[in-house]
Amino acid sequence: MLSLHHYLILSGILFSIGALGVLIRRNAIVIFMCIELMLNAVNLTFIAFSRYLGNIDGQIFVFFVMTVAAAEAAVGLALMIAFYKNRGSIDVEDINLMKL
Amino acid sequence: MPEILFFSLVAGVAIISSILVVAMRNPINCALSLIMSFFCMATLYVMLDAPFMAATQVIVYAGAIMVLIVFVIMLLNMRTETSKNYVHGVLVGCIVAVLTLFVISGFLTKSPLTGATGSMTPELITKVGHTELIGRAMFSQFLLPFEITSILLLVAIVGSVILAKRKL
Repeated sequence: MLSLHHYLILSGILFSIGALGVLIRRNAIVIFMCIELMLNAVNLTFIAFSRYLGNIDGQIFVFFVMTVAAAEAAVGLALMIAFYKNRGSIDVEDINLMKL
Repeated sequence: MPEILFFSLVAGVAIISSILVVAMRNPINCALSLIMSFFCMATLYVMLDAPFMAATQVIVYAGAIMVLIVFVIMLLNMRTETSKNYVHGVLVGCIVAVLTLFVISGFLTKSPLTGATGSMTPELITKVGHTELIGRAMFSQFLLPFEITSILLLVAIVGSVILAKRKL
């Protein structure tokens, strides 16, 4: 029988893969996509708990997470375009103005 | 039993496509595997009796957000950069990811994963309809957060226009 544990384990694995991607990739847009992956893993946790506890509030939370992700996508990609105009690349190793 | 088999299939595809997001060199391939992963998530939402959230996932995530990301990838024309070294700090990253997984599995085994159960049973969802239940909750109990969200979207629109503008 499918239980809450299955969904939570899958969600944990996806979150770890997303965290790994954020840490090891150099391309800023790929890092951005890995953040979206982590957000999705959390959404899956919310909906699984919502289903197994019989409470709809978790799904409303997912709705707001999606809205924030859309806003984040718009602002983040605008930032990357602005950075690309200045430096000619979006490698995170080139973002070093605040380094000592 | 067929439920578990189907879940394993969808979960396997989700995990493999997520690994591909991290491992692929070309950003376009990463974006396409991320779309695959989002579709797997939508399938899981259907299995969790949340069809409206599945539709929203496909429309908003796999539709709007990923189109935006693919558009920016093509706009910046990043194919030339893919031949360079594309990862850094692999060892530290792997250690942190494994530790994260370890902590999450610790939470899963130690906590009872129960709480106060609500009134939303699968029978109620099939009788009333998932969209109606979401709508009732969102426009009565969660009306203020919904309105604040519209302000957030307005701020995001203005901010992204100003950031991406050539000259202010």
